[in-house]
Amino acid sequence: MLDILKFPALRVQEFYILAGRALRNIVRGPHYASDIFIQMDIIGVGSLPIVLMTGFFTGAVMAMQMAKALMQYGAVGQTGQVVAITLVRELGPALTSLMVAGRNASGMASELGSMKVTEQIDAMRALGTDPIQKLVTPRLIATCTVLPLLTIIGDFVGIFGGFVIAYFVLNQAASQYWNSAWQALDYSDIAQGLIKPFVFAFAIALVGCYYGLTTTGGTQGVGRSTTQAVVVSSVLIFVLTFFITRIFVSL
Amino acid sequence: MSSPGQRQSVLRFERVTVSFDEQKALDDVSFELRQRESLVVFGAAGSGKTTLLKTALGLLKPDSGRVFVFGRDITDLKEQDLFRIRSNIGMLFQEGGLFDSLTIEENVSYPLENLNGFHLTEEERRARSEEALRFVELEHTLDKFPSELSGGMRRRVGIARAIVTEPKLVLYDSPTAGLDPITAFTIVALIVKQRDLRGAATVMVTHRYQDAHFLATSRYRPETDQIETVSPTDNDVETTFLVLRDGRLVFQGTLAELEASRDPYVEKFVKREE
Ligand SMILES: Nc1ncnc2c1ncn2[C@@H]1O[C@H](COP(=O)(O)OP(=O)(O)OP(=O)(O)O)[C@@H](O)[C@H]1O
Ligand SMILES: [Mg+2]
Repeated sequence: MLDILKFPALRVQEFYILAGRALRNIVRGPHYASDIFIQMDIIGVGSLPIVLMTGFFTGAVMAMQMAKALMQYGAVGQTGQVVAITLVRELGPALTSLMVAGRNASGMASELGSMKVTEQIDAMRALGTDPIQKLVTPRLIATCTVLPLLTIIGDFVGIFGGFVIAYFVLNQAASQYWNSAWQALDYSDIAQGLIKPFVFAFAIALVGCYYGLTTTGGTQGVGRSTTQAVVVSSVLIFVLTFFITRIFVSL
Repeated sequence: MSSPGQRQSVLRFERVTVSFDEQKALDDVSFELRQRESLVVFGAAGSGKTTLLKTALGLLKPDSGRVFVFGRDITDLKEQDLFRIRSNIGMLFQEGGLFDSLTIEENVSYPLENLNGFHLTEEERRARSEEALRFVELEHTLDKFPSELSGGMRRRVGIARAIVTEPKLVLYDSPTAGLDPITAFTIVALIVKQRDLRGAATVMVTHRYQDAHFLATSRYRPETDQIETVSPTDNDVETTFLVLRDGRLVFQGTLAELEASRDPYVEKFVKREE
């Protein structure tokens, strides 16, 4: 019985060790600034198209569904409000992070995984660099910086997607939509909407790097790590959303 | 000529055991390698050869036993202190370990830049890398990427990177595996040349008996730039042979002892003239 639990427990422990080292390296040198910028470019600029697409269509779909439901209460005028709140609080952070998890947690796991199986990680240590400092910390810093920004962009594009539906399909006045959207949001919504992607960034970067660095079993192993990184980071995002929302709801 | 007893110890394993999960990859292994000596490690796939080299570098930690490098116990050293020890060790990795995002020149100068103890200017680093690449006859590939080279060329770049720091101990993990006989010979000749030019202690992991035999019976003469054959008896550089089986040391001795061995597992690695 204990043997069944030993393996997952060891992995969780390994994960915490990696997380601890990656965090400690943020304050300790040497820093590889150019690696941070390269990663920001890969994660931020690279994910922009997909974030714009998902954001826009999510907002548009929500506006259509909500307008239909609100019509029963004669409250179609509140479409902007409903779209804005759901996007900023929940869907914006969750969907943006899921997209980035799909793109970048897998990217990190496969890149670091192939470095692991071709002994580049060992070579780094043999030649005087700490792989966590050189590979994990830049990815963590870059994800934590870029994901909240991507979320803001996703939220905005989503609200705009809702506007397109409200204005062109539902024939609402533009000012009505934007006013109700803007007034619906208060500081706690914005805080919640920014804390979430910041926390998810840790899940994405650390899970992606962890599965990459623990890859064994050649090229096949790289494929396995990549899949696991996406699955685990996506599930973690949902679990974390639940807990963060729980905290904000009870405030 | 100094007798073996007076030579400085370069690498010593004392009853080293390394395991992954439950399985022992090295089991109670002890040996010693001194200055100017060579060590050849034979063993079937999965017998623990790579594990032995990585433990010598401090990349893997023993579960029990002690590892001494240049007389210093490295078993419990922290990574930061190991970097200092590693600046005196070169390693050619079995899977290459070349950084595929860096050019050949950046790969070769990487240890000079990152290992502490080398305070070199950019030009000095460049000169040293070019010299190392010239040694393996690849000075024309400076700005290429590893993916643009053939397997044998990548192996030679790996050698250049391993020796660019002029280490006192060089570890070669299966340097000739998967290569044609001609390229394999070129590689072993480079290893002999490097060993005799710098007097570095050398550990070579291999499956090929002829490579090991060549290493033990050849000497590079810098005056003539030739490699000559010497008889194993008038050897100033001793070569010790280890044979690993499932992590255990089943043979340790000289070339003559290896050839005389009647152990069926050990015999499989020896090609006798019929
Ligand atoms: N990172 C690892 N995780 C788990 N087991 C490992 C790991 N590395 C090696 N092993 C196991 O340890 C044993 C020895 O492996 P090692 O790589 O040292 O063999 P080897 O002698 O170098 O083999 P080859 O000739 O194929 O290179 C093998 O059984 C292998 O499965
Ligand atoms: Mg091996």
